[in-house]
Amino acid sequence: MKLRRSMSLLAAGTLAVAACSPGAGASPAPSTITAVGDGEGQVKVLAWPGYVEDGTTSPDVDWISSFEQETGCQVTVQTFGTSDEAFTLFQTNPEEYDVISASGDATLRLVAGGFVQPVNVDLIPSYAEIFPDLKDKDYNTVDGVHYGVPHGRGANVLMWRTDEVTTAPTSWGALFDPASEFAGKFSVYDAPIYIADAAVLLMKTNPELNIKHPYALDDTQFAAAVDLLKKQKPAVGEYWGDYTKQITSFQNGNTVLGTTWQVIANVLQGSDPPVPVEVVKPVEGATGWSDTWMINSKTKNVNCSYKFVNHITSAPINIQIAEYFGEAPGNSKSCALAVNPDHCDIFHAEDAEYWKDVWYWTTPTAKCLDDRTDVICKDFAAWVEAWTGIRAE
Amino acid sequence: MRRLAAWLHRRPRTRLGLLLAGPIAWLVVIYLGSLAILFLNAFLSRDAFSGATVYQPTLDNFARLLEDPYPGITIRTLGMAAVVTLTCAVLALPIAFFMARVASPRLRNTMVVAVIVPLWASYLIKVYSWRLILAEEGILNEVLGAVGLRGPGFGDVAVWLVFTYLWLPYMILPVYAGLDRIPDSLLEASADLGGRSWMTFRRVVLPLVLPAVVAGSIFTFSLTLGDYIAPAQVSTTIFIGNAIYAQFGAGNLPLAAALSLVPLGIVVLYLLVARRLGAFEAL
Repeated sequence: MKLRRSMSLLAAGTLAVAACSPGAGASPAPSTITAVGDGEGQVKVLAWPGYVEDGTTSPDVDWISSFEQETGCQVTVQTFGTSDEAFTLFQTNPEEYDVISASGDATLRLVAGGFVQPVNVDLIPSYAEIFPDLKDKDYNTVDGVHYGVPHGRGANVLMWRTDEVTTAPTSWGALFDPASEFAGKFSVYDAPIYIADAAVLLMKTNPELNIKHPYALDDTQFAAAVDLLKKQKPAVGEYWGDYTKQITSFQNGNTVLGTTWQVIANVLQGSDPPVPVEVVKPVEGATGWSDTWMINSKTKNVNCSYKFVNHITSAPINIQIAEYFGEAPGNSKSCALAVNPDHCDIFHAEDAEYWKDVWYWTTPTAKCLDDRTDVICKDFAAWVEAWTGIRAE
Repeated sequence: MRRLAAWLHRRPRTRLGLLLAGPIAWLVVIYLGSLAILFLNAFLSRDAFSGATVYQPTLDNFARLLEDPYPGITIRTLGMAAVVTLTCAVLALPIAFFMARVASPRLRNTMVVAVIVPLWASYLIKVYSWRLILAEEGILNEVLGAVGLRGPGFGDVAVWLVFTYLWLPYMILPVYAGLDRIPDSLLEASADLGGRSWMTFRRVVLPLVLPAVVAGSIFTFSLTLGDYIAPAQVSTTIFIGNAIYAQFGAGNLPLAAALSLVPLGIVVLYLLVARRLGAFEAL
């Protein structure tokens, strides 16, 4: 399904190129609204699969119909498979989507391109209930201006087959050891942003590089991370982009050690027969993702957009999505409403300590995100280029 | 209605024009038009951070095609396309020869169906099936394991196997048609002049069937050149298609457009050579 979507996306992209859409130019963001009025009757949402369910996927999974009835805002949803896909869709159709659920590696690009507008969080009652450590992050707030409401989060953790790897790994080093007895059976995330995982390891193993922020890498630091990934390449058996690929890879024995999301481990442990896997957040910390609901700067449905963002981040809805999708909810009142009482424990939702060394995906920019001003950092285009180079080794 | 019919009857040129307007509009506007815009996009650039397209003609994208890693990727893709094409030709010749020259009409029909049937199955199903077949605990390793052997696992060999499997019918069918067209009298004449079977094959059959092989190779070669799904499923390395997809995914449409002109250019060159070898008459 992922692939089919990718291909139709490619076709859509070709048409978008054909349309030569001019709206991509940056324009100053409008100032925020001061009151939410009556709905305009519709809102179009670009979201991760599983975030906006109106009963189409399964009649039991529906947290949108009630919203539509209450507000009169008809919700249309389009899903995407990766942050880059989402960004391309938004960029090539700048007026199409009113609301987007953007991960941290897309948000800054959307802000810088003028695609999304500042959000007046006082008009969104849910915002007050969001976990404080998800607010005011550099991927959702720029110069003190909020560009959306945090939704939830997850960490990119290390997973292994306990029947093969008998000594539980504790470090990312296990995944970067070409001499490992499990070399060839590693599976890592297939995206430029994965370079940050190498940087997280280097922060601990190579202090002389002085990496302070895995998404703010200067030339030397970046070269070290890329070099590490090139050395890792021969030991990698698979690169996974969509999570079903990682699931089958662990099922059919191709992979015994790899990066994962908690939800993948849950699926494997719950499959029939269960696949014996464990996960750990290694001692070096981890990268992770935190999504933000953002509103299009060119939206014609601003009232419905505000109503929608408030609805989707409110505790009763937020917890449904978190449980359905498999992630830590962003609303602090969500956990009390969970159907599975262990959900928030499994996903460390209320464990602020757990998230302290999780580096949420952020778009790398030439202006270093760690506030260094004496060097220029590698921007995202350089990350894409480097990743292509690593994969082409 | 009848008046309209009578009016049209008197104007054969208008009739023809109306009939062809749709298909020609499709070909020129949608098909060639999008290709032209793809070509134009390759000369644009984009703002590194915001991803906004900069409408200023530049050759930067083409310069980047000459920098690492793109030449390596292009060469690997070309090599894979060549090897897959060669393998398909080597496999297709005996099968097609048997079908066209040896098999009874009944068996021949069965074989034609057998060659065509895989084309009815979804491409994705076939690629994913190969993923299962070649997996570490997949059926291939299970079968080979019984005699102490192991399959190739994921990698370049797996890509080669999958491509060869996927495109083989596109080679067999034109070669079969080409062999079928060779008159029996030529083979008999060769035998009368003392040509043994190998000599006949080399001096009579092969030259006559070569255009058909080249025609088949157009499919196997160009299909391999553009595919990006099979490599992503059964290997860790990337080909041109994957590089284009990566740049497209990252929102760098101009570079993606420039990259996609590489296989396009290669295929155009290939077609020019193929035409010289008479492949178009054999299609």
